[in-house]
Amino acid sequence: MTGKPNPLFSMILGRIGLGLVSILIVSLVIFSTVSLLPGSYAAAILGQNATPEAVAAFEERLGLDQPWFWRYLQWLGSAVRGEFGLSFSGRPVIDIIGPRLVNTVLLASITAVIAVPLAVTLGIICARYRGRPIDRLISTSSLAAISFPEFFIAYVLMMILAVQLQLLPSMAGIRDGMSFGEQLYRMILPVLTLLMVILAHMVRNTRAAILSVMSSAYVEMARLKGESEDRVIMYHALPNAIGPIASVVALNLAYLIAGVVVIEVVFVYPGVGQSMIDAVRNRDVPVIQACALIFATAYIGFNLIADVISIVSNPRLLHPR
Amino acid sequence: MEKSIDLPPPRIGRFRHIVNLLRTAPRTAKFGMVIVGLYAFVAIFAPWLAPYGEAETVSRIPFDGWSSDHLLGTDRLGRDFLSRLIYGARNSISIALITTLISCTIGCMTGVFSALVGGIVDQVISRFVDAIMSVPDLIFILMVLSIFGSSIPNLIMIIALLTSTRFFRISRAAALNVGSLDFVEAARVRGEGLVWISVNEIFPNILPLILSELGMRFCFIFLSIAALSFLGVGIQPPAAEWGSMVRENAALINMGDITPLIPAAAIALLTISVNFIVDWLLNTASGLTDEN
Repeated sequence: MTGKPNPLFSMILGRIGLGLVSILIVSLVIFSTVSLLPGSYAAAILGQNATPEAVAAFEERLGLDQPWFWRYLQWLGSAVRGEFGLSFSGRPVIDIIGPRLVNTVLLASITAVIAVPLAVTLGIICARYRGRPIDRLISTSSLAAISFPEFFIAYVLMMILAVQLQLLPSMAGIRDGMSFGEQLYRMILPVLTLLMVILAHMVRNTRAAILSVMSSAYVEMARLKGESEDRVIMYHALPNAIGPIASVVALNLAYLIAGVVVIEVVFVYPGVGQSMIDAVRNRDVPVIQACALIFATAYIGFNLIADVISIVSNPRLLHPR
Repeated sequence: MEKSIDLPPPRIGRFRHIVNLLRTAPRTAKFGMVIVGLYAFVAIFAPWLAPYGEAETVSRIPFDGWSSDHLLGTDRLGRDFLSRLIYGARNSISIALITTLISCTIGCMTGVFSALVGGIVDQVISRFVDAIMSVPDLIFILMVLSIFGSSIPNLIMIIALLTSTRFFRISRAAALNVGSLDFVEAARVRGEGLVWISVNEIFPNILPLILSELGMRFCFIFLSIAALSFLGVGIQPPAAEWGSMVRENAALINMGDITPLIPAAAIALLTISVNFIVDWLLNTASGLTDEN
């Protein structure tokens, strides 16, 4: 190859750089919202025991007596090393959320692996049979499904599958001692719920993405050439819709993040979402910061992947302007 | 002086137009409007409709079954479930509505302002909004609530501010499009001020877009408040709220009782109805008749 950098490569690198910058900005937002507040945590946490000496000792132990920018740098440094410092309860944050992070990632990735291909297929079917009964059925039911609160779907599924039919356990409290098969079995219900939550969004957006491509001139041309509708969709519309589809899919994986929090609470699943809720109730700020940073990084990561896919799938983006 | 050609007064014309629009609405949208009207009625007249008080303990038996005294039974503290459901409509809907209106006002004002002023001000505001939007909403809300505590004013302000970013984006983009048109240029040349241009030239033209966004955001806000209350960090007891009612009585589900699902279904029905109306508004606004 030549010595020139590949434009594709440099563009992707640029996007990754941009992603890192946004993670940095988000970390600053997360840290400063929590830290630049009136009053002292120490007094709030210690409550009645907040004598001046106790407050001073508490602040010194957690390093709260130092200037905030220095604390931010320290926090960021420990976050990069994957430690996140000490929680207010005295345990290292990573001990609290580390094992749970594995569970959440497992739950979310199983859902994503099933949801993405299924949503794209259903979206294509809707676009192919646009306006026909099957499209109207899928469109209307997905519109209904995005209107349901996550916990409603969760409890309805629990009611039917666990309570009435007794097929699945109603709680998904997985533990280390369980075999992997047993863990998977207990995860079926949460995964099913999450699937329904994000599938609806994804199908709607995939359908819209393909339909907007379908109105372009080359699709009309392909039809005029006498190609079958299936060929028009699969060979002419779909390749051009990959970019938009990738970005709506990534955007919708963000619903996974919000969904995970609620669904972990419903099914008592030991994940990061639940530790975040516990931390919010106990006002354990370091744990909240860590969870927020993890969720935000995942969100930015999804969008980054979508950007890269749309660059790769669209050669025109290689020559901006 | 010569009389001008007799134009019908614009009010009646507009009224007719609306009536016509309503008559041609698809069945889903009509269904949506009826349901929304019903909810509004229940929310407004809650104290007259509810058989008992909102936080009144009326029975000694917690989790009592359905009976003629307590149509939907009682909750874990022996409060009448139906009454709490009715009062819940009032609390949930009014809070979501206030939040939506505040966030729409903030977002649209800054959006149009930012688009019209342009330059460095626009850049700074837009980048700031980008930064906020790159944290998932629920996570951001949880973070802020953990610091300020979950009272209703805090809840409203936080969600309103976060949602205003969406209104900012959409109104800024729309105002940029409209702002480059000739009649806005003409107004500028005429020497009209920024406020006059926004109110008289920009807003009427971006209104349909904002209206449908308003409906969509109402659903999102309504669902997030319900989710937060369900998680126990939203609207706090003893105020009746549908999300927290599900949480408080969730134990019944494992016994095969569907009562705790009723508030959740009430949430779902309202958001579906609003979504149906929004869907129709979007289709008429964009001139697409996708459904037929």
